Amino acid sequence: MSIFQKATLRSMVIGAAASLALPAAMAADISGAGATFPYPVYAKWADAYKTASGVGLNYQSIGSGGGIKQIKANTVTFGASDAPLEPKDLDADGLIQFPMIIGGVIPVVNIKGIKPGELTLDGPTLADIFLGKVKSWDDPAIKKLNPKAKLPATLIAVVHRSDGSGTTFLYTSYLGAVSPEWKEKVGVDKAVEWPTGIGGKGNEGVAGFVGQTDGAIGYVEYAYVKQNKMTYLKLVNKDGKTVDPQASAFQAAAANADWAHAPGYYLVLTNQAGAESWPITGASFILVHKKPVDAAALGEALKFFDWSYKNGTKLAEELDYVPIPKPVVELVEKTWKDSLQDGAGLPLWK
Amino acid sequence: MRIATRTAAITVLLLLGGVIIALIQGSIPAFREFGWGFLTAEHWNPATEKFGALAPIYGTLVTSFIAMLIGIPVSLGIAIFITELCPRSLKRPISTAIELLAGIPSIIYGIWGLFVLAPFLQAYVQPFLIALFAPVPVLSSLFSGPPYGIGIFTAGIILSIMVLPYITSVTRDVFETVPPVLKESAYGLGCTTWEVVRKVVLPYTQTGVIGGVMLGLGRALGETMAVTFVIGNAHRISASLLAPGTTISAAIANEFTEADGDLYTSSLIALGLLLFVITFIVLAGARLLLLRLQKRAGT
Repeated sequence: MSIFQKATLRSMVIGAAASLALPAAMAADISGAGATFPYPVYAKWADAYKTASGVGLNYQSIGSGGGIKQIKANTVTFGASDAPLEPKDLDADGLIQFPMIIGGVIPVVNIKGIKPGELTLDGPTLADIFLGKVKSWDDPAIKKLNPKAKLPATLIAVVHRSDGSGTTFLYTSYLGAVSPEWKEKVGVDKAVEWPTGIGGKGNEGVAGFVGQTDGAIGYVEYAYVKQNKMTYLKLVNKDGKTVDPQASAFQAAAANADWAHAPGYYLVLTNQAGAESWPITGASFILVHKKPVDAAALGEALKFFDWSYKNGTKLAEELDYVPIPKPVVELVEKTWKDSLQDGAGLPLWK
Repeated sequence: MRIATRTAAITVLLLLGGVIIALIQGSIPAFREFGWGFLTAEHWNPATEKFGALAPIYGTLVTSFIAMLIGIPVSLGIAIFITELCPRSLKRPISTAIELLAGIPSIIYGIWGLFVLAPFLQAYVQPFLIALFAPVPVLSSLFSGPPYGIGIFTAGIILSIMVLPYITSVTRDVFETVPPVLKESAYGLGCTTWEVVRKVVLPYTQTGVIGGVMLGLGRALGETMAVTFVIGNAHRISASLLAPGTTISAAIANEFTEADGDLYTSSLIALGLLLFVITFIVLAGARLLLLRLQKRAGT
């Protein structure tokens, strides 16, 4: 019971904080909108940055889709999305994107007698469960991966997100990468046509349903697993190694990513190589206009991002996010220098 | 005075017209792309941008139907008890309790439904229903599958509780308008309480009762938050009432913020238009029914 109460309370507190933040915002504040997944860390950074510089941040955590819409419509200085836009979409709207923070998505279960980290699954089996092909926890495919575990004959109750979400994008992109059938039948997106299961709204909705349904399996952000002590699964990664979900495993997946050769930073970090890589890792992105209407505002926003890259790593780690590695930050700031211009055509970032 | 009131009345009409125009305009891309297929297709796939509204329409109608099936008899029962049978000392507390029920925000019903009602239904009621109806041909498929605790059935129950205060307070008020002389003469003829209610109170007040029921139905059709919490949010039509489904308003609430792509947004707006049309049809139907009843009473 405590899990969902906590989760609900948390979401209510965040909601209340967000609604309080809106009317209090002043003209001088940096304005942004988008993904809910990085909201806790953005809020923490903003708080620390306000103390340091006196400039506040007004961030509406309305979801990645909403963030993309608002930056295209020019109603905010930056948008935030957990799913990267493809380079051609960026060019069409005169946008650039860059990674801001990294996190992981974790499958969680509720099976009687199974403790956190006791059960291991591989990608194809996970995909088959979400396709509705593996129906019961004592299925031979699951038994083969867990010869020692005592698996009950309980029916598997699949739980997924009902709202469009960057979390779902990362999760489905992993399932699509490991299962051709998933890719063909269901596809990869922020919301898909799920073949089976029930939908919960937000991470807290999924956490709630999994917590109260015997035999349930769902997927949530890492912070949720840790804060609510949920029963997480281990996964077999691309190198065939079994890994625990933890910050170092997300870091390992991010370290192997080749940002320098990804045009527009279009890079999905799921199913990366490396013995320690967690297979469902993803970055959350910031979107800005190349030639912003209000160059001064974007300048302020860049200062905030720069400050966060350099001074925000500890705050991010406290909240179980993985900061962007230093070489990638240098790469990003070079992109700012090269492609962002003010009204007079002069570079915005020096 | 006349100008002020007229302006107020015209403003309402303008607002209504504006909403309709905005809904129609917003849903044009979806209808142009899918045509009538939008109404008859069950699949809802944001990845491939193929949308059909049948599952939310089905969910909206079925949950409201369940709500009415439970809500109407219980509400009428409470109203009859309060007006005909209740000791004077209990009348006030019960009436106040019902009115308080109407004042609870729907999100509270949602949270209660998710954390209290759904686990209870999952642990006790649904396994019982599945076992009870297993040997009965049609009912066995209506009550089958794993007991999730949430789904169409649970949403219907939550809705029935939510419409209860509306129907009850309206019907109680109209029951009280029945002239005592009518009731007393019926009792004088030796009628039982049941006969008085059936033959005197209900015929005298049928217009008001139907009005109260329609008010409740209107609320059930459009209710969003509480339903979103407990319906399971799956764009599927299942034979079983215990399976997850979705309603029009729940689908819009869940997906609107993250809907990128014009077709996706337009399909959600089209869902809103459909809800508008369904509500309109239901209310118009109620009006027609009332007119016919009045005509029959007149002849």
